[in-house]
Amino acid sequence: MRGQAEDKSNRLGRLWTDPALRAGLALALVIALGCVFNADGAFFKIGTHRDALRQASVFGILACGMTLVIISGGIDLAVGSVLALVAVTFSLLCIHWSWSPWLAVPLCLLLGAACGGVAGGLTAWFRIQPFIATLAMMVFARGLAKTASGGMKVSTAVQNPDGTYRYVDVPAVFRFIDHRVLDGNLSMVTVIFLVCLALTWIVLARHRWGRQLYAIGGNEEAARLSGVPVTRAKILAYAACGLLAGVAGLCQAAQEQQGDPEAGAGYELTAIAIVVIGGTALTGGRGGLGLTLLGTLTIGYLEKILSINAVPEATRLMLTGAIIVLAVLAVLAQRRRR
Amino acid sequence: MLGGAGLRDNRRLTRQARDATLAGVQMPSPPSPLVRMTGITKRFGPVTVLRDVALDIFGGEVLVLAGENGAGKSTLIKILGGVHPDFAGRIEMDGRAVRPRSPQEANALGVAVMFQELSLVPSMTVADNIFLGRSPGRGGFVDDRRQRAAAQRLLDQLGIEIAVTRRVEDLPIGQQQLTEIAKALAREARVIVMDEPTSALNAPEVERLFSLIRDLKARGCGIVYITHKMEEIERIADRITVLRDGERVATALAADLPAAKLVNLMVGREVEQQFPRHAPQAGEERLRLENFSVSTGDCRRSVDGVSLSVRAGEILGLGGLQGSGATELFLGLFGALGRHVSGTALLDGRPLRIESPRAAIQQRVALLTNDRKATGLILSLSIIANATLAGLPRLSPGGWRRPAREAGAARALGERMSLRAASLDMEVGWLSGGNQQKVALAKWLHTEPRLLLLDEPTRGIDIGAKREIYQLMNDLTAQGIAILLITSELPELLAMSDRIVVLHRGRLTAELDRTAATPERILEAAMGRTQERTR
Repeated sequence: MRGQAEDKSNRLGRLWTDPALRAGLALALVIALGCVFNADGAFFKIGTHRDALRQASVFGILACGMTLVIISGGIDLAVGSVLALVAVTFSLLCIHWSWSPWLAVPLCLLLGAACGGVAGGLTAWFRIQPFIATLAMMVFARGLAKTASGGMKVSTAVQNPDGTYRYVDVPAVFRFIDHRVLDGNLSMVTVIFLVCLALTWIVLARHRWGRQLYAIGGNEEAARLSGVPVTRAKILAYAACGLLAGVAGLCQAAQEQQGDPEAGAGYELTAIAIVVIGGTALTGGRGGLGLTLLGTLTIGYLEKILSINAVPEATRLMLTGAIIVLAVLAVLAQRRRR
Repeated sequence: MLGGAGLRDNRRLTRQARDATLAGVQMPSPPSPLVRMTGITKRFGPVTVLRDVALDIFGGEVLVLAGENGAGKSTLIKILGGVHPDFAGRIEMDGRAVRPRSPQEANALGVAVMFQELSLVPSMTVADNIFLGRSPGRGGFVDDRRQRAAAQRLLDQLGIEIAVTRRVEDLPIGQQQLTEIAKALAREARVIVMDEPTSALNAPEVERLFSLIRDLKARGCGIVYITHKMEEIERIADRITVLRDGERVATALAADLPAAKLVNLMVGREVEQQFPRHAPQAGEERLRLENFSVSTGDCRRSVDGVSLSVRAGEILGLGGLQGSGATELFLGLFGALGRHVSGTALLDGRPLRIESPRAAIQQRVALLTNDRKATGLILSLSIIANATLAGLPRLSPGGWRRPAREAGAARALGERMSLRAASLDMEVGWLSGGNQQKVALAKWLHTEPRLLLLDEPTRGIDIGAKREIYQLMNDLTAQGIAILLITSELPELLAMSDRIVVLHRGRLTAELDRTAATPERILEAAMGRTQERTR
């Protein structure tokens, strides 16, 4: 009898300690919340889910890169600014200068990766704390975005040399990124998010570099003494994070049909929140992209449910803050059980 | 309230003790123990780590808590120290039932526990640390001058020479340990628990600690002492309690427990031969160092012009006290200190490229570091991930990992090392010390080294695991691997080394054959007296 009881509490304990199950539970809870507060059935419409996913996608893309950096024991505060820089650049290239997307897209992604790589280099080579190095990059990239755009939104209203405005068409690549697939039931940005997620997932779970990131996050010195190329692996993680911020920038520009140098402010915090709610440890060495997917869905659905119930934004922010605290408390409770 | 009573009692007891010694009378053991723990049972999830354990601590005696790693020693003192408040059983102090729910409460009851992991704040001064949380002052402001003076008085009493204004992080580890001891004593504890306090101390510091313990005994304090070192048990134990697998197997006066019997009780089986070194079959010269020097940070050379050679299949022991430079020699050779090395290093006759640990591993040199938790293992990763980390490039050609191959490699290594773990996917942090060390070693065996640098390979692990590691060293040398061995345990150095070189402050002071090496000669050389080479 006693043995059975122990088994049972053990199984319950495992449910609580397995981060994936816990993150899944949080998501289930949020969806249950949506079923109850369904805003007169709005929650059961396919369009609601499509929009929830679409709105979460940009954050999700950022969170994928953030996961790599956080698992390596770092943090990247620059992703929001890099997103804006890339959005501005992409809009300038495609709308104002009519570049081919085949050229503009790789260039923009390279720009994002370079921003991340520089921050990573500052961290890995010069041993500047990741918080400081990426904070500097966050400020710098924002300034660069404002310089490139002249402080204005880069939209389809193009100023002529004589000061008058003319309107140009939205570039095809913008419309492609913003269109819907599967009979309008899935946004392209969501597809892009899922592709980013799958690629980073495979790399993190199956590539040597992924294992190296876990090792560095778990114990950097032990990793170095085991022959892990710590500097290279870390710089690559920040570069990948910057690259994904670039992808998010492209999506943001396409959705807004303009490049806003003020875009993405605070997005880095949402991305970090998603990673933390998923259950990836901020101290590094533990976690994964499956958790980040669950975290993205949780945050995305929560936002959507609050907005269809016409909860004001101010309240939504406070609730999101409370949820982050709850998620971290859950993780801490699990640690304490050990 | 409790705290006040405890302190008053303490003062009374101390006075009693002093009166007793003043009168020239040997203080008899008080009839009732200071602390009586009975029926202590503790579970971590499904694992029962302590089962109905009883422990009495008397004033004026040293109680050694002996047992293999995982026997439950640390858990037991953590219960006493208030670290694990949820346990079954009863603790009495002076006949009153107590239940410390936090280290602060335990402190207030007069129990000070010095854990293996130091509990100092590295960025604060020695004085700050000694009075941490109880600084003298008014209204929340610290009276720095008073605190410094009080700390200085305490250190003087203890005969510890450390400047109280120095930051703890700037002190060598041995002095940090002494600071920790001073901190415990500053709390006027009646029961002082020391968990392997000498692991980072050099010989003179150990002597100082032991004389301190004698003082504390004379003052009527009860000392609980945990150690893996037999010589220490023989020197300071009054009474010994032996734990095995979470149960108390014996409590006896130290005089009634000779070493062999004690070891038997600890392992629960006969240990026929403690150091089974087989006759070596030395081959070609594997490593030759000529005038090899390492400079770290400061201008002093931590290794200064060392020349030595090791042959395939040979174990060369490196003797020396703390600060001898042996560890730095290993780190330098392994490329962990970058290019701050000079001199010649030849591996199999070819110059050794010293750039990075990565380069060393490619040249099939391996380094088992002396601290498996800080520099050896990644505790948050699985056994498989740890065991294959150094050899990962070979297991993942083209960069893509092959999980099945990794698991296979880890399984083979685990069997070879007789690793005991529920599953290879288990996080290494959950394993016992001995099994962690096996994983750390497995990682290096997987790289198929030609030269294996072992820095304290048996530190803090139980006798069973030690024997398995000795056996493994025999197997490895039989396969032609050359081993350099650092160990602070003299018997181990003498028994496992085919030859011994001794370092003193970075210089080589002796080179002894197995037959010529005696503890006395090694210690003399380690303390700086240069000896003639006996070849």
